[in-house]
Amino acid sequence: MDDEAGPIVRPYALTKGRTRPSGAMLDLLALVTATGEAAGSPEQEAILRLARSPISVADVAADLDLPVGVVRVLLADMRDQGLISVTSQAGPRPSERVLKEVINGLRAL
Amino acid sequence: MDSALSEDPVALKILIAGGFGVGKTTLVGSISEIKPLKTEEILSDRGIGVDDLDGVEGKTTTTVAMDFGRITIREGLVVYLFGTPGQERFWFMWDELSYGALGAVVIADTRRLTDCFPSIDYFEQRGTPFVVAVNCFDGEASHSVEDVKIALDLEDHVPVLLCDVRKRSSAKEVMIALVEHSLRTLATAP
Ligand SMILES: Nc1nc2c(ncn2[C@@H]2O[C@H](COP(=O)(O)OP(=O)(O)OP(=O)(O)O)[C@@H](O)[C@H]2O)c(=O)[nH]1
Ligand SMILES: [Mg+2]
Repeated sequence: MDDEAGPIVRPYALTKGRTRPSGAMLDLLALVTATGEAAGSPEQEAILRLARSPISVADVAADLDLPVGVVRVLLADMRDQGLISVTSQAGPRPSERVLKEVINGLRAL
Repeated sequence: MDSALSEDPVALKILIAGGFGVGKTTLVGSISEIKPLKTEEILSDRGIGVDDLDGVEGKTTTTVAMDFGRITIREGLVVYLFGTPGQERFWFMWDELSYGALGAVVIADTRRLTDCFPSIDYFEQRGTPFVVAVNCFDGEASHSVEDVKIALDLEDHVPVLLCDVRKRSSAKEVMIALVEHSLRTLATAP
């Protein structure tokens, strides 16, 4: 490992250099839930702990302090290994009812 | 229990944009739990046009931190906020972020209004509903809403609000104005 950190970093060491996840790209807001236990690395262990209840891909990345791209590769592997399940959250066109609920929720904050 | 809990979870995405140092991080922090989210640009992919996995060992990346916030409206209904870096060279993640976004808040500073032009152009082109929040840095409005609308050449229906991003109540008003605007936009969309 070179120690010339600086602004240029190589976070993909964790993914053995792979920058693309296997399978389809995981949405930032997709929910990850642990389904297995046998983790193969400290990162996998940490992800399984976080995903005991459903957690978004973005939250996993932020909580582990790892770049989104790295986390996507790790999560895709874990999904392939049956360690987690991934469900997408309802899409781009929320209903009027939901938006009104959001407005009321924001008012109540 | 009613059916609300058994429905599919809904995640809404709102972007917070604007020029450098305009108050994006402050706004996200005023209204939600905030944590930094790292994304990265793979430098050696740039301009080469190759996507294969050969030679990935040599890939270097530059990491950019975004502001990431979450407002839980109720179980199964969460609003996620993404504060996007102002510098244009970091716009590589905007396309993904704006895909399926409910809308965007463009923060403007009247002392350098032109800084928010690129954000406004971007959301106009994408058809993403947005509001302009004028951050009144010194607690006073040096411009009227009308002046700002004209200076930014905004379409009439685009809401412009004066705000103080440090205040939770003010940040809330901005977010509510955006969701209301998105609601109107959705209602009139084909
Ligand atoms: N006086 C005053 N200071 C403010 C206000 N809003 C933000 N600031 C300060 O301005 C600075 C920049 O605010 P940030 O929220 O970090 O701005 P930003 O848009 O996230 O900045 P970058 O991420 O660097 O582009 C911080 O030191 C804030 O405390 C305001 O309304 N009044
Ligand atoms: Mg910031």
